[in-house]
Amino acid sequence: MILFECESISKRFLGATALRNVGFNLEAGQVLGLVGENGAGKSTLMNILGGVLAADTGQMRLFGESYNPGNPAEASARGIAFIHQELNLFTNLSICENLFITSFPRRRIAGIPLINRARLREATSRLLHLVELAIDPEILVEQLSPGERQLVEIAKALSIDARLIIFDEPTTSLSARESTHLFGLIERLRSEGRSIVYISHVLEDVLRLADKILVLRDGEIVGRGSKSQFDFGKLIALMVGRQIEQLYPPRCSAPSQEVALELKEVSQPGVVENVSFQLYKGEILGIAGLMGSGRSELARIVFGLETHARGTILLNRRPLSPHTPKECVRRGMAFLTENRREEGLLMEWDVARNLALVQSPFYIRGPLQLIRDAALLERVAATAEHVRLDASILRGLAVKSLSGGNQQKVVLGKWLVENPAVFVLDEPTRGIDVGTRCEVYKIVNQLASEGTALLVISSEIEELMGLCDRILVMCRGEITASFMRGQFDREAILKSALRMASVSNSTA
Amino acid sequence: MTSFSDKVLLRFLANTSWLLGGAVFLFFGLLSPKFLEVANLVNILIQSSSAGIVAIGMTFVLLTGGIDLSVGAVMFLSAVVAGKMALIGLPLPVAILAIVAIGIVFGGVNAFFITRLKILAFVVTLATLYVGRGLALMISQTRAMNLPETFLHIGSARLLGIPFPILVFAVMLVSSHLVLTRTAYGRQIYAVGNDLTTGAKAGLPVLRIQASVYIISGFLAAVGGIVSVAQLGAVSPTFGNQREFAAVAAAVLGGTSLFGGRGKVFPGTILGAILIQTVENGLVILNADPYIYPLITASIIFLAVLLDSLRHQQFKELYSRKIRSA
Repeated sequence: MILFECESISKRFLGATALRNVGFNLEAGQVLGLVGENGAGKSTLMNILGGVLAADTGQMRLFGESYNPGNPAEASARGIAFIHQELNLFTNLSICENLFITSFPRRRIAGIPLINRARLREATSRLLHLVELAIDPEILVEQLSPGERQLVEIAKALSIDARLIIFDEPTTSLSARESTHLFGLIERLRSEGRSIVYISHVLEDVLRLADKILVLRDGEIVGRGSKSQFDFGKLIALMVGRQIEQLYPPRCSAPSQEVALELKEVSQPGVVENVSFQLYKGEILGIAGLMGSGRSELARIVFGLETHARGTILLNRRPLSPHTPKECVRRGMAFLTENRREEGLLMEWDVARNLALVQSPFYIRGPLQLIRDAALLERVAATAEHVRLDASILRGLAVKSLSGGNQQKVVLGKWLVENPAVFVLDEPTRGIDVGTRCEVYKIVNQLASEGTALLVISSEIEELMGLCDRILVMCRGEITASFMRGQFDREAILKSALRMASVSNSTA
Repeated sequence: MTSFSDKVLLRFLANTSWLLGGAVFLFFGLLSPKFLEVANLVNILIQSSSAGIVAIGMTFVLLTGGIDLSVGAVMFLSAVVAGKMALIGLPLPVAILAIVAIGIVFGGVNAFFITRLKILAFVVTLATLYVGRGLALMISQTRAMNLPETFLHIGSARLLGIPFPILVFAVMLVSSHLVLTRTAYGRQIYAVGNDLTTGAKAGLPVLRIQASVYIISGFLAAVGGIVSVAQLGAVSPTFGNQREFAAVAAAVLGGTSLFGGRGKVFPGTILGAILIQTVENGLVILNADPYIYPLITASIIFLAVLLDSLRHQQFKELYSRKIRSA
């Protein structure tokens, strides 16, 4: 039975085509994988489905009836739920209140419509049971982990008995275990006859979950069919419109013998324990580990964003004192945060001013400490070219209006106005498309050949294997293994990342 | 997950306004036994009722992340208009209805500019503050106005032995607490204060909710004005001056966040209002130099905000992800 269909959907923004003549259908109990690079039109298409945007042309039908939602509320009234990448929950309210904020069960006392707490609790427990989240429904959302919050969002979709659920990049902030749980849940939703649209950059997940796949490029459908017609390589080729022979550029330089960064028995109670390693000039050192292994926390300690109780950190053989981000920058260290929206960019500022941010203290002169704007902007323009940012978007356009890939280039670029001595990159390719990904790898590689020491943290083992000279594995705050290029073995790395976790589980 | 000492600390931080209030009572009680007499305690309640009512309205506004600086001016204007009406011989109920109407209209004007014309609440209510005070000064010709006896009668009236100001205070408190904690509308106020866009996406009537809190605030400011006038029996040209700051202080002292989404009228705001009044009352009883009142009140507000900030950091620390058990 066809649950949803649309045909010849087109949408233009200020003259630029976002979608051209897109149509597809979805049967009840089917999972549709939607893939494409950033800016390919996936979000626009789903926003039209979810009632956030209106299409310029085209028709949609839900259960055979015409469907033209004017706003998100109308879409959800018709049984379409949209689980956004940034979750839409009220963190200051409890789970129950979030689930029923527009439809509280009421009871009248002396004519006053009060919330029926007992029924609210009961209904919430039932929904939480459906998503297998065993937690007190009165707990505030701000106390939940990202994975738990997502389950609450799914419970919300079930509370309106959604027949079509759209997931937009659902796994970006989930741990491996939470992702597995989510996939199990999606399987079950499908077996209940609900239809699912699953959008993700993680193609392995799409290939695993989807019944059929739709590939978008530049607002047009460039591939569609059942899952069996696609494989990883074919999907990438369709998405980028050309064959990427090599996602990872070959390493063309070797690390030197000179130590750039050294950690000696660095510990912070509850976070990292006894971490020691040396990072050489021109080396790309990867840190692998599961979510919650302490890899990002270690990066933040290195850059002075968080404190450590014991141990020393040496940059070019000299200690960092005081160990603050400011001192780190002064000594030539750079840090790419995993959280570009909140920590990496001033979203309202334009590209040029974001790029100039790190270097502006070095471009001041005179008693008034005025910034030499012209000189700085010239330098910035050169950097923009280096990271392949289009010169036309440098001025006057807030970075929040750029695609994820371009935003990441800006974050990367602001540290490259001067080549850093040590560059710590935390999840450098999170949520960006294959094309940009490839460019990021090239930049990293080039920096290494110019002598920068790079510390790359990633949850994707393949990425580290393709990029690094050496990989350290972290588990529960400790370094549990080290692999040199040539000995890289996905399974062995994963085992080291899991080792201590499994030991503690068996003893617990 | 959290250790015992953490729990104690959380308990402590979550109840700072109670503890602060207790400390203040203990302090004045030890210094002057007269302070703790029932008559004096009732007196404190009566004195804090007007400010408390205004602060309840302010809490509604702060919960949505807004601010209403015009409440003091609304108190003044409504008192002046009521006084004029009473002086020309209109019956009291008519005057009271007029006061309430002025509060609601003022709130409505604020709401219109803020939600329809999208002007910052701070700017809009700062402007209406001056408009309100200006109108009131014009009507009263900048002269103090002595009100007819009938006004003072309601100020000292009692129902079932409860003084009128406390009664009004209690009614406003109970109903606003019920609205905020037990009705869909109340919870939606918190939701809007947490995130406006998320609220809109969820299909909440965001603009209507925002508009409503300014009307509630205007209404309660007018009611607070009546309660205050009924006790004073006169309207001076400085009536209601800077009451907006006292209202914000009471709310913040009670744990309401200026960023929206957090706070309670009970016990929070009420405790804050009573605390401020208690300090003043205590200082009077101790015969303290009147010039140091504002300094002491300021220190208490500062302390409360400091504790709030500490609490915020502590919560963040406690809820932050721990990888290993330390």
